[in-house]
Amino acid sequence: MLKQIGLNSVAELFHSIPEELRLQRQLETPAALSEIELIAGFERMAARNSAAYRSSFLGAGVYSHYIPTIVDHLISRSEFFTAYTPYQPEISQGTLQVIFEFQTLVCQLTGMEVANASMYDGSTALAEAVLMAERVTNRSKVIACGAIHPEYLEVVRTYVQHAGIDFEQLDFDSTTGQASTSLAAILDDKTAAIVVQSPNFFGCVEDVSALAEKAHAAGALLIVAVTEAASLALLKSPGACGADIVIAEGQSFGVPLSFGGPYVGLFATREKFARQIPGRLVGQAYDKQGRRGFVLTLATREQHIKREKATSNICTNEGLIALAATVYLETMGRRGLQEVAEQCAQKAAYAARRIAGIEGFSLPFSAPRFNEFVVRGPGPARKLLDRLAKGNEINGGLALSRYFSDRPNDFLVCVTELNSRTEIDALIEALTVG
Amino acid sequence: MSSPNITKVTSHISHNESLIFERSQPGRIGYRLPPLDVEAQPLAEIIPPEFQRDDDLEGVPEVSEVDVIRHFTRMSTWNYSIDLGMYPLGSCTMKYNSRLNEKVARIAGFANLHPLANEEDAQGALQVIYELQQHLAEITGLPGVSLQPAAGAHGEMTGVMIIRAFIDARDGEGASANRRTMLIPDSAHGTNPASAHLSGFSVKTIRSTAEGFTDLDHLRELCGKGNVAGLMLTNPNTLGLFEKNIKEICRIVHDAGGLVYMDGANMNALVGVARPGDMGVDVIHLNLHKTFSTPHGGGGPGCGPCCCTKELEPFLPVPRVVKVESGTGDGSLFKLDSNHPQSIGRVKAFYGNYGMMLRALAYIQTHGHDGLREATEAAVLNARYIAHALVSDYDKPFAAPPMHEVVFTDKRQSRKGAHTLDIAKRLIDYGFHPMTIYFPLIVSGAMLIEPTESVGHQELDQFIEAMRSIAREAIENPELVLNAPHSTRIGRLDEAAAARKPVLRWKPKAKADAA
Repeated sequence: MLKQIGLNSVAELFHSIPEELRLQRQLETPAALSEIELIAGFERMAARNSAAYRSSFLGAGVYSHYIPTIVDHLISRSEFFTAYTPYQPEISQGTLQVIFEFQTLVCQLTGMEVANASMYDGSTALAEAVLMAERVTNRSKVIACGAIHPEYLEVVRTYVQHAGIDFEQLDFDSTTGQASTSLAAILDDKTAAIVVQSPNFFGCVEDVSALAEKAHAAGALLIVAVTEAASLALLKSPGACGADIVIAEGQSFGVPLSFGGPYVGLFATREKFARQIPGRLVGQAYDKQGRRGFVLTLATREQHIKREKATSNICTNEGLIALAATVYLETMGRRGLQEVAEQCAQKAAYAARRIAGIEGFSLPFSAPRFNEFVVRGPGPARKLLDRLAKGNEINGGLALSRYFSDRPNDFLVCVTELNSRTEIDALIEALTVG
Repeated sequence: MSSPNITKVTSHISHNESLIFERSQPGRIGYRLPPLDVEAQPLAEIIPPEFQRDDDLEGVPEVSEVDVIRHFTRMSTWNYSIDLGMYPLGSCTMKYNSRLNEKVARIAGFANLHPLANEEDAQGALQVIYELQQHLAEITGLPGVSLQPAAGAHGEMTGVMIIRAFIDARDGEGASANRRTMLIPDSAHGTNPASAHLSGFSVKTIRSTAEGFTDLDHLRELCGKGNVAGLMLTNPNTLGLFEKNIKEICRIVHDAGGLVYMDGANMNALVGVARPGDMGVDVIHLNLHKTFSTPHGGGGPGCGPCCCTKELEPFLPVPRVVKVESGTGDGSLFKLDSNHPQSIGRVKAFYGNYGMMLRALAYIQTHGHDGLREATEAAVLNARYIAHALVSDYDKPFAAPPMHEVVFTDKRQSRKGAHTLDIAKRLIDYGFHPMTIYFPLIVSGAMLIEPTESVGHQELDQFIEAMRSIAREAIENPELVLNAPHSTRIGRLDEAAAARKPVLRWKPKAKADAA
């Protein structure tokens, strides 16, 4: 081939790079490994992740749920996972129809009118929602109410730091664990949006409808964040509560923990804001013979056309994970999603009852909960959880001191349909012994 | 010329797969959970009825497992994919996705690991991040690395925010407020200006020369205004040309007090051959879903690591993954380090798209140092071969030898009415995915072709033959090209109508009619 293009050596291919810039040595990366060596190496590293092999009550934005076998099977089809973004609709109808179904399912679950093709994850979706609220209202203040995932708040702060948005935080009520509804002091005509997470970071279900009323009375939007999407099947939908933008982390829908990603951000809003949505949208279209198909649409919002005036810089999103979520939602279906949600709520309620009965343990927050709750132990939670991990092979939950230095004894416990009664009882026993 | 009378056969069952919502039947299920094994409490005692859903999840599908399998399997057959053949999308680097990498990402010790597990219980996962950081630092020649950004545009935003934070720290808030201009060539990806805007910069566009390079005079002129924070440059640029003046470009920007950001979308032309750090670049993002073969997945997930100089390292997102203790073998100790007060902050919850990091590390390890360079060589050779072969049939606007991708135009074909879009659609009939079209924006009717290293000589020749054949058809039988594709399940869709009255979700019949 070299000869055919008139070159004598491979080195000549790179003559357009000035010689002083060409690397004159080998890269100092490892020599090539065979499949056998490679797998052995990764298995060795994986074995050092002892937390992955224990029974677990860790949640806090990332949840262990049952994943039907067919999810991984279907997303492993070449036609899906080795395809590019569906810019050529005639040969991308598979991906496009999946996204159209995904958008529909997101609308159904959130109770909203339009949803996009996905965001990177819940945290960046929230940041984009805040930016969108500023665009829609032309107002600059955004109020985060109550216990929102601390890492989400960090991401929002990064995104808004140069956007001229005044991002304020209103603390939670220390008795209920819910957002304080006394917003009067800061909610004003400069407020673009109120942000609330429900269930919140402590697992407490918020009174979303009440916050929606307050926001709307001030001419502001209500942004609802959901980190445990499984709750959507049981709790009143954010849309029905009056939310204007709903974002969620979709990891609960058939996506493995995978040390924090890739996950999938859900983004839904009212129809009247469709042209302000960040990211890709798939819409229905017809060919000349009247056959229905799907295309990427309303692209004039996007960076490849609008450049610096785009609604977002997002391009690649989370297509394959949105596919996983779509397969999950369709496999579990209407009744499966309800059963998962009810089992989560029942098992968490059982665990909470039992833990509250242990000498020295209490539940500091009174609000209704879905599948997560804060436990106050008799001593430092970090120490207690270490003992459970090392002595009982249980990930007992998340020590809140990771994010809240004033809560040394509190830890967050999550129970899902995957935690059997035997596991829950073993947790109770391990806590009791201490 | 008469239009060929090709009638499409659409009777195959897979061609008529409806939306799942149209298949749903009340009472069908495709799952089973173990029965509830704790004493149930009345649900209303757990969650007050006013907080509960009252729509019984109406509209959510009810189907069986085999319904789901057939539904997705049929839809999958409507997709083109790398496994089917060449995917010559310029600047997208659609290369083979190794199954071994998929296996690695599914190892239980990684797949079942919670991101908030204690550091000491997740040492293997942190080791993977650390090792990948080290390799990317070596490959780019830029020692500071964060793997947190989830995609290329996210990495751009991170890089540009780092530039802003550095300048604010260097000049002080007051003085830096006058440095809010980001220079971006007219050939750049749209994400560049969008990311700059998100970081509070206004964008000034730099012209390209007739030869396809950054216009140095224009760059000097813009840098002379004293308000330049930086330059965002793709190299090789989106015309597939290596910016041979890159050192001079970096010097001009640096002398003007700015920093150089490199869009690493085209790193597949450079890995093992040249390093951005050696060129004077200050910060770059990589696309693991391009250069390092993690699957594109029909539109993500990606992973957009940000690599920077020592000087910029304090501004990288937190937490960072560091090695605190070197042990023998697997004895090293790794830690999450958030103690960087100058950091731009966190750009994503947890640590980024971890599953893609596993795949990219596996790619680097299976290729080895030789394999990485050979992949680059093959990618450039393939592009050069296409450039050489098609120059007789298509207008090639730039004479300089291309690197890993080459741009042609529809100048000759459009005289008879066949434009780039038509050529792209006709290519589908020949069994190839179209190239990137109408990008970069500065080339009228652009066709940007990037074969990657994942195609052999024979397939390249088939592609070239197809392109030549289309060039002939465009003259002899343009209708054939104008109405392409003829081989797909559906024809060209009316995108304008779709955007005018967008239908973005399925609705039940009654409701759709009422609306």
